[in-house]
Amino acid sequence: MEDTLILGINNVKAYYAKGDQYVKAVDGVSLDIYKGEVVGIVGESGCGKSTLSNVMIMNIRRPLTFVDGNITLNVGANFLELNKMERQELQKIVWGRETSIIPQSAMNALMPTKKIRDLISDLVKDHFERALDENEIIERAKQRFRDIGVSPDYIYRYPFELSGGMRQRAVIAVATLLNPRLLIADEPTSALDVATQKMVLKTFERLRKMEIVESVVFITHDIATVRQIATRMVVMYAGKIVENSPIEDIIKEPLHPYTKGLLLSVVTPEPEVKKRGLSNIPGTPPDLANPPQGCRFYPRCSSRMPICEEEEPVLKKINGDREVACFLFNK
Amino acid sequence: MALLEVKDLNKVYEMGLFVRRTIHAVKNVNFTVDQGQIVSLVGESGSGKTTTAKMILRLLAPTSGDIIVDGINVWKDIKTVEDKRNYYKKVHAVFQDPFASYNQFYPIDRILYQALELLGLNTDNPKAKELLEEALVNVGLEPKNILGKYPHQLSGGEQQRIMIARCWLLRPALIIADEPVSMIDASTRGGIIKLFEKLRDDTNTSVIFITHDLGLAYYISDKIFIMYLGEMVEEGTPDEIISNPKHEYTKNLIGSIPTLYKKWEDLEEPDNIRVS
Repeated sequence: MEDTLILGINNVKAYYAKGDQYVKAVDGVSLDIYKGEVVGIVGESGCGKSTLSNVMIMNIRRPLTFVDGNITLNVGANFLELNKMERQELQKIVWGRETSIIPQSAMNALMPTKKIRDLISDLVKDHFERALDENEIIERAKQRFRDIGVSPDYIYRYPFELSGGMRQRAVIAVATLLNPRLLIADEPTSALDVATQKMVLKTFERLRKMEIVESVVFITHDIATVRQIATRMVVMYAGKIVENSPIEDIIKEPLHPYTKGLLLSVVTPEPEVKKRGLSNIPGTPPDLANPPQGCRFYPRCSSRMPICEEEEPVLKKINGDREVACFLFNK
Repeated sequence: MALLEVKDLNKVYEMGLFVRRTIHAVKNVNFTVDQGQIVSLVGESGSGKTTTAKMILRLLAPTSGDIIVDGINVWKDIKTVEDKRNYYKKVHAVFQDPFASYNQFYPIDRILYQALELLGLNTDNPKAKELLEEALVNVGLEPKNILGKYPHQLSGGEQQRIMIARCWLLRPALIIADEPVSMIDASTRGGIIKLFEKLRDDTNTSVIFITHDLGLAYYISDKIFIMYLGEMVEEGTPDEIISNPKHEYTKNLIGSIPTLYKKWEDLEEPDNIRVS
């Protein structure tokens, strides 16, 4: 793996303002994304993974508030400090060109009265001050459709004329039109059947192989999917990263008790699953407006120790390229 | 003798007022389930698995064919209200959406007392309360935290557990569970699945899982039936199905399900799947 840093997230806190209290959806997250990586971020509903995807590119809108930390993006010649930039500035020079995001259910939010082609020309108008030659952009879009194995004729169709898988791939093509360095996809396979899911995963694989994008962040609750596509897995729990490890390591030997529990709750049609059995994590995730003191996983953890209730474990490097936030490994 | 026997089951939906269109939702389906067996009906949306379940539950009349539960022909022998009551003591259902299974205006106790009434136990009967608490404990819930609460105060997982508590009260011979965990968070899913296993082990009930999740079916079942476009295309033990699928649909399905312990080798190859 090359060691060119693409995006550096350093101790970032982003809270939702709710009346006079804050919901700490992203609370002290540090994560570096390098060139060539596919980072899978997993966690249960409400762990802050979607919020993190928006914070990564500083798409902050009330009630979400950026509280602390910094985010740097490699743009080739230099690093941009995203957290110091204005929204207009981000819109002009970062979003769509350097980073691109596919929000959850984007494929179901396409304007039904507009053809894909019109969607593309609208986007281009939004991102460029001076009018570009529209034909040139459309040609480029057609090429991108070809790149990912979709017939270019689809850009003259309406969204409802496309199947779910086609629509999702059209969204991916449009999102990567300007060859962004970093592509963030939030649950891109969740509403699709398994055969279509695999097709969409192949599309992501191809984007990276063709170096259309340099790195991908893949956000999902489906661990088996992440396992297939990611080079590294990041596990979030209650607004924090609890483990960050290369994919093969984490599957073979999960370190954090939460990661272990999550892996043991995955059922796939494999003999290994029957051998290791199925289990669940008792209890429910904490209220992020009022998280417990100490380790946030403490109340549900089967290996808890007295220290876990008092102090908060920090994410620490162990065994070279693995990171875990747990006192079991904090010797 | 098998507990449930489904013979040449067909369901044809007729649609349209002027131009008749027919949909053959279930085509000549045959299968049997033994006492104490957990089986899964696996298939995608529109494969006819839920239609089959509804016919067994007497919610939908078949076009032709027979369903025999414990020697009773479900669509021919059951005539009186009393017959029906007896049938629903024997066959019970757990549905996909726990939020839709409750009436939001009543505390959740009501749904449990309804099950007791089916057993002929009055609400005031002290035995009723005892049975009810025992059932809740059996599904891992603390009765005093649950009774008297309204559905919206409970999580989806807790609601689904209460639906299974009903099974503990009635101790049916057959449970039909239609996607019982597809709306439950992954970390709590395992617990619900294990409740069905426990129920089977303790009361020797049979369970039919209706699911699109082959991983789940593989884990829990003694036998898997694969349905595709209304037909039963394959049946076998979980290991037979996974290691040696015969039908093209099953092969495709198994090839597309992401695995946890093995990385796909064909992810970089171009698609050969055509999507209409």
